[in-house]
Amino acid sequence: MNGLPYTSGDLFALLPVWILSIAAMVIMLVNVTRQKPQSSVSAILALIGIVGAAWGTWELRDESRALFHDMYRLDAFSTFFTFLFLTIAAVGVLFSWDYLKRTNLNQGEFYALILLSTLGMIFMAAANDLIMIFLGLELMSIALYVLAGFRKNRFESNEAALKYFLLGAFASGFLLYGVALVYGATGSTNLSQIGGYLLGSPVVHTPLLMAGGLLVFIGLGFKVSLVPFHMWTPDAYEGAPTAATAFMSAGAKAAGFAGLLRVLMIALPSVGANWTDVLIGLCILTMTVGNVIAILQSNLKRMLAYSSIAHAGYVMLGVIAGGTAGSAAVLYYLAVYSIMNLGAFGVVSLMGKGADERVRVQDLAGAGFRYPWLGIAMTVFMLGLAGIPPTAGFVGKLYLFSAALSQGHVLLVIVAVLNSVAAVYYYLRPVVVMYMTQPEGEPLEISSALPGVLAIALLVVATFWFGTAAGPLTGAAARSVLAAIP
Amino acid sequence: MTILGLPILSFLVFFPLVGAGLLALVPKSAEKSIKWLAFGISLIEFAASLPLYFNYQPSVPGMQFEEFRPWLTGIGSNWHLGIDGISLFLVLLTTALTAIAVLGSFDAINQKVRAFYMMLLALETGMLGTFVALDMVVFYIFWEAMLVPMYLLIGVWGGQERIRAAVKFFLYTMTGSVLMLVAILWLYFINHTQTGVYSFDLLDLYRTNVPLGAQTWLFLAFALAFAIKVPMFPFHTWLPLAHVEAPTAGSVILAAVLLKMGTYGFMRFAMPLFPNATAAFAPVILTLAVIGIIYGALVAMVQPDLKKLVAYSSVSHLGFCMLGMFAFNAEGWSGSIMQMLNHGISTGALFLLVGVIYERRHTRLISEFGGLWKVLPVFSVIFLVIMLSSIGLPGTNGFVGEFLVLLGAFRPWPTWTIFATSGVILSAVYMLWMFQRVIFGPVDNAANETLRDLNLREKLVFAPLLILVFWIGFYPNPVLKRIQPSIEQSLTLIRTRELHAREYEARQAMIKSGIEPCCPETKDMSAAQKTLQGGVR
Repeated sequence: MNGLPYTSGDLFALLPVWILSIAAMVIMLVNVTRQKPQSSVSAILALIGIVGAAWGTWELRDESRALFHDMYRLDAFSTFFTFLFLTIAAVGVLFSWDYLKRTNLNQGEFYALILLSTLGMIFMAAANDLIMIFLGLELMSIALYVLAGFRKNRFESNEAALKYFLLGAFASGFLLYGVALVYGATGSTNLSQIGGYLLGSPVVHTPLLMAGGLLVFIGLGFKVSLVPFHMWTPDAYEGAPTAATAFMSAGAKAAGFAGLLRVLMIALPSVGANWTDVLIGLCILTMTVGNVIAILQSNLKRMLAYSSIAHAGYVMLGVIAGGTAGSAAVLYYLAVYSIMNLGAFGVVSLMGKGADERVRVQDLAGAGFRYPWLGIAMTVFMLGLAGIPPTAGFVGKLYLFSAALSQGHVLLVIVAVLNSVAAVYYYLRPVVVMYMTQPEGEPLEISSALPGVLAIALLVVATFWFGTAAGPLTGAAARSVLAAIP
Repeated sequence: MTILGLPILSFLVFFPLVGAGLLALVPKSAEKSIKWLAFGISLIEFAASLPLYFNYQPSVPGMQFEEFRPWLTGIGSNWHLGIDGISLFLVLLTTALTAIAVLGSFDAINQKVRAFYMMLLALETGMLGTFVALDMVVFYIFWEAMLVPMYLLIGVWGGQERIRAAVKFFLYTMTGSVLMLVAILWLYFINHTQTGVYSFDLLDLYRTNVPLGAQTWLFLAFALAFAIKVPMFPFHTWLPLAHVEAPTAGSVILAAVLLKMGTYGFMRFAMPLFPNATAAFAPVILTLAVIGIIYGALVAMVQPDLKKLVAYSSVSHLGFCMLGMFAFNAEGWSGSIMQMLNHGISTGALFLLVGVIYERRHTRLISEFGGLWKVLPVFSVIFLVIMLSSIGLPGTNGFVGEFLVLLGAFRPWPTWTIFATSGVILSAVYMLWMFQRVIFGPVDNAANETLRDLNLREKLVFAPLLILVFWIGFYPNPVLKRIQPSIEQSLTLIRTRELHAREYEARQAMIKSGIEPCCPETKDMSAAQKTLQGGVR
């Protein structure tokens, strides 16, 4: 022992993490000197950092090892999610590029926060320790609180940040308390050790562990906005700058589920069965509340916020099903949901002129024929979120439903499919408005800045690509899950 | 068989979509070139589908022109296409009617012309895919994807209430479909439990023995999806609205092809996969079909709007398809398929005819017309022929289908068939009465005096339909020859599957009660055989 708890190999295994951290710090340093309002330096630096991190992840893709006393796992599971988070971050940066300039928010810190938040997400997906999950969660969340409040002159933005922060702090409290109880019951915070300890142990059924596990679940449930822990979602999504909303709606949810899956798969597989009824209840509640309230929304961002709540419910189907099939379905669905949801928010982020943002569904009136490409993109994302083939959303739902059905949850699946019919109603509204109505007031103006348009084009292609050639991604998802299951 | 290196069915499925992509390259303002290019594409598509007819082996009952390509191998879903006698003519009907619908829309659509034809062609891809898919996931993908272009056709180019009609169409169909999706997955797991293989392949699933309890639910889910599409009473309420609001081409495709997906679905999926449940529910379906026949006819009679009249007549005609299908014999099934084709031809033509006078007068109210025979002689003659074929006058296509359906259905279900026959009379009543009010009598509305008769393009639209009316009417043999063997095979499949399921159930029951099942096959066979005579009852 040389006194250090890690080897140089461990440090190399953190290559993407290093690159992201350095990029974030460089961006901060660059912004010490005053930048021009139209400067793209920070955005470019952020992109370089993300691409570098992606390269690092790619270099390490076949590695599988436990780092830092088994607190951090580099395996196919974390690699899958790292790629996903980096994609989300890259798209978020591309959306922010012009959006920030347009809305006079162009400060380099925005990009640094995106990178730091991404870092937190990666920690969550790679964590093999409850403390590590908490660290990742906090790193991600604190950056997101600031991002939500970035439009500091706007009331909604302040409200969003405050609400997100207060409720998020509560959630962290729940999580920590849960961690403490689990530690009390099992004597460890390491996921593998907890799992090993509980295997065949009578502790599984003790109230202490049940309560601890549930509190951990609630803490993560906040982050993925399960009903009834969803109250912050619509306000935070609405108030945050749209580009930040896009980023957090995809990233935070994927990270939350990554952490949840790690906990459920490794630490508490035996406890999971006791909870199934609770989880089914939450799943039905989440889907139904999300979809029903989304129908009533006239603000696109709020509508998409409720839709993202409903999607957390769909993902729960896979979590409930469990096993390789269920968890792989969750991974696949999170990936394609991120693509489509980023796209939908991305389209919203292009709407409006200057600082005057247009976010009502009605604002899209006639836009389908005025801006044919925007119309097509929005239609594709809406149909994708609705789960209409041949988009990726359909394949994702197919995998989730079949995983749940294979475990015999027929009624749950029927509730889910009926929910997806209800969802079609509000997903079609933007399409109806875009193609079938005429604008009443001033017609919509959209930004056609290259980065945002490029990102949306790529997301449209991806939505179709993963809908028709889903094989490679589903294969990767299945391999990732197999690697994580002990 | 391949075209341009692609297997013919894949080519047929994707060519319209590629064509839609080509249209996107033409400048928006070049409306004339867009129209002719769209027509050219649909015509090539039709020509490319003709080899299916000529190279089809009538003596082979199974799937032909099959193609197989691995796709989502992880879950056992593959790109598996093929057609038999049942789907062959539906494919031809689709390619023919799309070309006709494109040609028929030249004057009707003046706004967003390019997008309109792109949607029409995309729709063709969806419809063809549905008819040729032999993999449940592939089938479902086309079945659902097809909703989107149809929804936009109604919603963008439709009439006053187009948005309500489009959304209602989408939601109704979707509700049925998602439950079917659950059923598909359930069936998939049943198959896996029995064979240990994950497969969405229809031909594999045909070999699965579905337990009787599950059959009930699975059949209900499939039947709901298809019944909404057919549409069967009481799931028909979306249809009149969608038909009336859709542009002419939309109504034509909707009536001629989309509704057939429901009846086709029953024949291809619901009945062979769940034969015991099919038999059990036959009385319910038959009752609904007969109610549909009579109700559709009665409601059609009192419609003041021509298009609504035709729409309700569809409900009535499709009831005959269901009646023939649930006769479970060769006559009934061939009648049902003939009725599908004939309804496509006649009702498609009727919608086009209504479209013609709507373009001229911008109204479809029967009371606005009268004495058109004097003003529009050519139009009136065509209308007469099509109207008579819709009634089912001997010598026209309509007769062949209705006659076979009634012939087939009378043996197993005399009571229902007698009621259904009244539908034939009622259809004559509403059609002839409508025709009398619109075409005969004096020209009492001044606006009708200056109407222009059909131009060359419009005559060309109707020419192929008239040929088909008489061809099928006088010489249906080439069609029947091709569908007969496949029908026999499907019916045999249904019977053996029904038998197997019952035998299996009986064996399970015996094993459960501790009795060693000793050669129960022969006993069961004869008993089942007896009940099977003259239909599954």
